[in-house]
Amino acid sequence: MENLKQILADALSAVAASESESALDDVRVHYLGKKGALTALLKQLGNVSAEDRPKFGQMVNEAKDQVQEKITERKAFLAEAALNAKLATETIDISLSGKGQEVGGLHPVTRTMERIETFFRGIGFDVASGPEIEDDYHNFEALNIPAHHPARAMQDTFYFNPSTVLRTHTSPVQVRTMETTQPPIRIICPGRVYRCDSDQTHTPMFHQVEGLLIDENISFADLKGILQQFLNVFFEDDLKVRFRPSYFPFTEPSIEVDIMRTNSKGEESWLEVLGCGMVHPKVLEMSGIDSEKYTGFAFGMGVERFAMLRYKVDDLRMFFENDLRFLKQFK
Amino acid sequence: MKISENWLREWVNPGISSDDLAAQITLAGLEVDEVLPVASAFSGVVVGEIISAEPHPDADKLQVCKVSDGVDIFQVVCGAPNARPGIKIPFAKIGAVLGADFKIKKAKLRQVESFGMLCSASELGLSDDHDGIMELPAVAKAGEDFRAFLGLDDRVIDVDLTPNRSDCLSVAGLAREVGVLNKLDVTPVKVVPVATVIDDTFSVQVDAVDACPRYLGRVVRGVDVKAQTPLWMVEKLRRSGIRSIDPIVDITNYVMLELGQPMHAFDLANLSGSIVVRMATQDEKIVLLDGQEIALRDDTLVIADEKAPLAIAGVMGGEGSGVSEDTKDIFLESAFFAPLSLAGKARSYGLHTDSSHRFERGVDATLQELAIERATALVVDIAGGEVGPITHVVNEASLPQAALVTLRRKKLDQYLAISIDKDVVTDILTRLGLEMVEVTDEAWTTKAPLHRFDIAIEADLIEEVARIYGYDNLPSSMPQAAVNFTPLPESKTQIQVLRSILVSQGYQEAVTYSFIDPVLSKQFLPNIEPVPLANPISADMGVMRPSLVPGLVKAYLYNQNRQQSRVRLFETGRRFIGSVEALSELDQQQQVAGLIAGTRHSEAWYHGSEKVDFYDLKAHVEALFALNNGGKPTYERSECEFLHPGRSADIFMNGQFVGLMGELHPQLSKTLGANQPIYVFDIALAAVLNATLPEYEAVSRFPEVRRDLALLVDRSVPVSALEKVIASAAGDALKNVLVFDVYQGQGIDETKKSVALGLTWQHPSHTLSDEEVNNSVEQTVAALSEQLGAVVRG
Repeated sequence: MENLKQILADALSAVAASESESALDDVRVHYLGKKGALTALLKQLGNVSAEDRPKFGQMVNEAKDQVQEKITERKAFLAEAALNAKLATETIDISLSGKGQEVGGLHPVTRTMERIETFFRGIGFDVASGPEIEDDYHNFEALNIPAHHPARAMQDTFYFNPSTVLRTHTSPVQVRTMETTQPPIRIICPGRVYRCDSDQTHTPMFHQVEGLLIDENISFADLKGILQQFLNVFFEDDLKVRFRPSYFPFTEPSIEVDIMRTNSKGEESWLEVLGCGMVHPKVLEMSGIDSEKYTGFAFGMGVERFAMLRYKVDDLRMFFENDLRFLKQFK
Repeated sequence: MKISENWLREWVNPGISSDDLAAQITLAGLEVDEVLPVASAFSGVVVGEIISAEPHPDADKLQVCKVSDGVDIFQVVCGAPNARPGIKIPFAKIGAVLGADFKIKKAKLRQVESFGMLCSASELGLSDDHDGIMELPAVAKAGEDFRAFLGLDDRVIDVDLTPNRSDCLSVAGLAREVGVLNKLDVTPVKVVPVATVIDDTFSVQVDAVDACPRYLGRVVRGVDVKAQTPLWMVEKLRRSGIRSIDPIVDITNYVMLELGQPMHAFDLANLSGSIVVRMATQDEKIVLLDGQEIALRDDTLVIADEKAPLAIAGVMGGEGSGVSEDTKDIFLESAFFAPLSLAGKARSYGLHTDSSHRFERGVDATLQELAIERATALVVDIAGGEVGPITHVVNEASLPQAALVTLRRKKLDQYLAISIDKDVVTDILTRLGLEMVEVTDEAWTTKAPLHRFDIAIEADLIEEVARIYGYDNLPSSMPQAAVNFTPLPESKTQIQVLRSILVSQGYQEAVTYSFIDPVLSKQFLPNIEPVPLANPISADMGVMRPSLVPGLVKAYLYNQNRQQSRVRLFETGRRFIGSVEALSELDQQQQVAGLIAGTRHSEAWYHGSEKVDFYDLKAHVEALFALNNGGKPTYERSECEFLHPGRSADIFMNGQFVGLMGELHPQLSKTLGANQPIYVFDIALAAVLNATLPEYEAVSRFPEVRRDLALLVDRSVPVSALEKVIASAAGDALKNVLVFDVYQGQGIDETKKSVALGLTWQHPSHTLSDEEVNNSVEQTVAALSEQLGAVVRG
């Protein structure tokens, strides 16, 4: 008995001291193998009195089980430690950047244009486009801009010949749509436009989004409603907006829309952002739309101005320099 | 137009502040640009009188003056050469404040004490005139507060009038509008015709009756052009930005500002025979007031005498015929010129005057007599003279007629989505000067006043009602119209998707000008004649771009010069090829173009600095075409002049040329100053955006079989040729061909290259046997050998 206790104690400490799987295997063979110390005790069972034999046998088996259990435990422990050690050697610097392409970005003018388009598409407007080299009929005449109007001067308009111009607004697209489509018409016309002007606050090319809605019973109230909503949605703000009478040859009444801006000193001022109005009956008639039956409104905005306001760009010319240090700010 | 607020308030004086008045005018559609004080905010300045002026004992340019403020005498040292005894001047006494940091204190100038300062007009913020001290008229009383004397507690209202509102280009017109807005009556200036004392007239002959329906003229003899224009008039002119010249010119300007009628005064001594209002003869010469000689065109209306043109009608007078300091007798002109006959004429000669500005937009055709009487009275008052009778030449038939315009209740309500009370509408229209011909519950039939050139149709009246009622008082709603949403064609990829594909490949979107330098255009495309602008903003923006590539390359160079060596840019937009003489055939196609240069990846820790090559670019092009689920494009060697002949491709879709790609020609690259290879593509946008709707095809349940082939072929054989032969020889079950290695160099014949291909078969309805696959491989190898001389590597 004493012997059993001693052997068990030795075996358990041998298991605990094993530092590898093979050492553990040696321990197992030494105590539990065919010639192992505990197995040997069972072989001595015959020397035990018949009365004690069952109890002794049970004790030896229990000891064997206990050793086996410890070995299994130790094995699992060693395996886990080995894995942990391996993982530790595989540790990397997770603060380094990922591999692959840096993502580029859209031009702020495009971003702005897409924002505007998204709003108007959402309320049922289609996007229309048209030529940039236009005849003067579509750019001027069909819009009730008479031959002597200052806008038609060489100082303002790029000409190719007396009857061909670079469009000065995207309105010719509206004309072309009216010529081929009967109301209801809901379109916006985004695109490049050109004016003969180049200084701090003007570039000879810029972008506009113009819109046109023609249907029965379209009123001034609809115009106000849509544009107020648009401005609030675009600027994500409940803006103070005012509608101010103005003059455009192609609308009657004509309106300019101002929004209230607050500068860093907290001073408020009105800033013009949109031109619009009810489509002039002559413009409808010229494109073959019955102005008694239909009314409509048109509006136009300069995309660069919206982009400047939205992204706090203070120099218009940056939009066309294509300086990567500028462009990369719009991700 | 700039107008003194006090002057306006002489006509109509609503009980509202300056700011509110400005806001009110703006919201009526007459946009106020700014409201500025007429003088700086100085204080402590009085009218002074110089009693004596002695030279400074110690300084050549200074004088020691004794100045009276009506009570005391002060010693003031002054540097102005015009300081002299007897004149009245603005005198800033000790304690006066001329600016934030400018307080007048007792001073010593070269040992002589000075008690105050004599001021120039510029020191008081009245004008830029700093040539000496300001001289005041003798009527000024020494000691009177200077601000009060000149009425300087006033503001200038600068109204930016739209071209349709010429009726407001005067104090009278603006007052009429303010009267309507405030429901106040306007007090017009009283014009009492001066009794004629002489019978002298000068004959007037109007040949161009349509262009000049009304011409009034009158002789005034014996005027004193050296008389002083009264200060009140000088000040009102100054506040409108007009300099005082002589009393006659000042009066014509004054009447123009007051009533809106541009006038002209001739020196009678310089007129010969009679006044003839006619069209100019072609190339007839005239020397204008500003000294320039111009050759007239025959579409230009002139005021001439029997010898020569004296003035461009309604635009500018001539040099020899106007009022000068020797003038004794004058001939005053007050005419109505038809807006259409003057439109654009001034500008066509590079001119723009207050007069042409008004006539082009429209002057009230009933105003001429009132204006000439007003001017005459002022002339007699200020410069004296004996007045002759008015010569009045009128052609009634050419005068504008009042338009009859009807406003229907139904239209008004429908346009504005509100029903404005009948009496309110009638009141608005009446106050605006419209004559009510008939008013019923259904309609207002009106006659528009002749000063309103912009009222011709019903919509114009709707605008007037809306404007005065207030746009902000009109309702707002969202349209309830039935909308037919157009189908969203899936066969057309949205351009946004295309942009995001390029963005995810690291491209920044660029926007370059649509016009480029003709020299650059020729460097890229020597065989294309670009479309030239007649009036470009500058020579280097002279032609429309025939390709988006030159603009992108310029953008690249801009960045290269700013130490940005890794560049990826793309742009979408139109290119222009053809001639404006055949506008409908002019190609204004939308393109998508891209440019890459520099390292494949941004410089980073995980790789070297490998540069991009043709195949990087090709991956991007392929990604664009992968969008459309259509067939794949094919690539052929390109002969494009601006591309590297060995590293460029034309791109075809269904046999049609749709674009090109490749390395920028090294020679061009060098000429332009690029310091590394540049790769570009330029593709028709439609080709990329045209898509095919995906259609499901059953996925085979049977296993794939792959066999690899290593082939030795001539270097000149493109891989696409191998693929083509394989596709036709490897049987219907061939699923995919993959090129997994291309090698040329050591170990193989130097005219050859080794291509390793992986072929995959899969049958839709059974498992392929080894024999079937082996047969396919054998057939393929045989075909490759026969058609392309390819040999299987051992």
